[in-house]
Amino acid sequence: MDEPSPPPTSRRVVLGLGEAAHFVEDEMPTEAMPLNMGPSHPAMHGTVRMVLEVEGEKIRSADVQVGYLHRGFEKEAEHATWTQIFPYTDRLNYVSPMLCNVGYALAVEQLLDIDGKIPERAQFIRVIVGEISRITDHLTCLAASAMELGAFTVFFYLIKAREWLWELLEEVSGARLTHSYVRIGGVAADLSEDFCPKLREVLRRVRGAIGDADKLLTSNRIFRDRMDGIAVITRDEAIAWGLTGPVGRSAGLAYDVRKDHPYLVYDRFDFEVPVGSKGDNFDRFAVRLEEMRQSMRILEQAMDRLPAGPILIDDARVALPPKREVYNTIESMIAHFKLIMDGIVVPPGEIYSFTEGGNGELGFYIVSDGTGRPWKCRVRPPCFANTAVLNKLLPGLFVADIIPTFGMINMIGGECDR
Amino acid sequence: MAKIILDRLSEHFVAGEILETGSQHGNEWARVEPTHWRAVARFLRDDPVTALDMFIDLTCVDRLGRVPRFDVVLHLYSVGKKHRVRLLAGVPEESPAIESLVELWPGANWFEREAFDLYGVRFVDHPDLRRILMYPEFVGHPLRKDFPKEGRQPLLRRLPGSVD
Repeated sequence: MDEPSPPPTSRRVVLGLGEAAHFVEDEMPTEAMPLNMGPSHPAMHGTVRMVLEVEGEKIRSADVQVGYLHRGFEKEAEHATWTQIFPYTDRLNYVSPMLCNVGYALAVEQLLDIDGKIPERAQFIRVIVGEISRITDHLTCLAASAMELGAFTVFFYLIKAREWLWELLEEVSGARLTHSYVRIGGVAADLSEDFCPKLREVLRRVRGAIGDADKLLTSNRIFRDRMDGIAVITRDEAIAWGLTGPVGRSAGLAYDVRKDHPYLVYDRFDFEVPVGSKGDNFDRFAVRLEEMRQSMRILEQAMDRLPAGPILIDDARVALPPKREVYNTIESMIAHFKLIMDGIVVPPGEIYSFTEGGNGELGFYIVSDGTGRPWKCRVRPPCFANTAVLNKLLPGLFVADIIPTFGMINMIGGECDR
Repeated sequence: MAKIILDRLSEHFVAGEILETGSQHGNEWARVEPTHWRAVARFLRDDPVTALDMFIDLTCVDRLGRVPRFDVVLHLYSVGKKHRVRLLAGVPEESPAIESLVELWPGANWFEREAFDLYGVRFVDHPDLRRILMYPEFVGHPLRKDFPKEGRQPLLRRLPGSVD
């Protein structure tokens, strides 16, 4: 695409009438115009404000202002017990809440030194629901971005696929989005008997929906023209800006926490991590599309090897004892009472624990002072770093390029602002 | 696991610059004297043995009751060597300021703005140190331990014609 010439700053104007008509060169004053893509905008998902300085259609400078969804996760976490924080973690990356639940649980378990004692079935279940959440995250991102570029059909196909997955997660946890399913030491409830057959059927249909979206978009001239070569991020930039996840991988940075630092039972599964080469919008789209297919591979393998067994650690200092014992033995009743009222007693210390969230390295830096409530519970949000790079990407783009660029960065307000 | 990082730090810096190192739950950490913050970070990034080229996280911890009160905490990762480290620097309450790392990692920009916003720690030489999560007229630094969880802020009056 050729660079359009800069807008003319002078024009020829006719003055006078009839025989006295003559041309005069008139200077047209031009100035950059401040344009506010306000926190509420129909083409941007998430509350983020971009104060742009545009000259014609070109962006001269951009100031991306986040924080409109800041709800004080860390402050609340300092006043809540370790288990009470799980609903807050749901609302971080609210399109892949299971991954946030799992990330937080792993951090606390490492501080408690019980990360090697989580029952195997619980670890498999965490991987299963985590990967389902990852698929719903990417489905939401691609669906919303496609819709904003005009591909409404793709939106419907992918959102329908997301609904099928949410029905399963609702069956498991009771809620479509705010699951609070994971607990310190395992998960809250077991999968139902027919969960795996239902999941296999859903995955078959989701595969079809993703295939349809792929056929509609990947070779689509309009889609490619709007995405190819726009907002390129190099591998060095990805490292310097701390970009991880699909954004970093599309730039050629082959870093995936599941492969490089496996946790739970990820090292037992056979899957690939798609890495892009050009770092443009289309690579980010393609990486997410392929990641969904790889997540489905993990799910099939996890269901095949899902072991029987308990889903919660059998340690009354950490996990609530079964109700039958709480009502019949005094020890369990006291343990239950102490866990609810005081919270799990985590020995003093600090830890930075990281997992692969939907957008990249989701880190939890937790400082414990030895009580049942954290001294500090920080989330290292992957899309905070990913959104920061927009300040560098946007200048030089057209206003219309903001839509696919912002869509492919996948800023989730809940995670970015906490 | 990443002991090599702590060893390199001890080799390259004297005791007054690296105050303490340790390893806990598989995390290696080093406490840095705040006036050498950027120098230590630059060394860790450029040294071929540590090669901690990726900026991961920067935050603050309010250790109320301890002097110095704040800890600025930096997490770095090496994409090539796959090891990571945590750096801590104690910053006093009376003049909470520390060198900015933006010239080493552009990604540190927003994280330092957030630490300033929520804790009040100033980052010297930061190109654009202003609040990021709270609105500009917010009073106080909310994540400090003496900032109440519930309270009221002074009301704002947006005058007609004012531009943000």
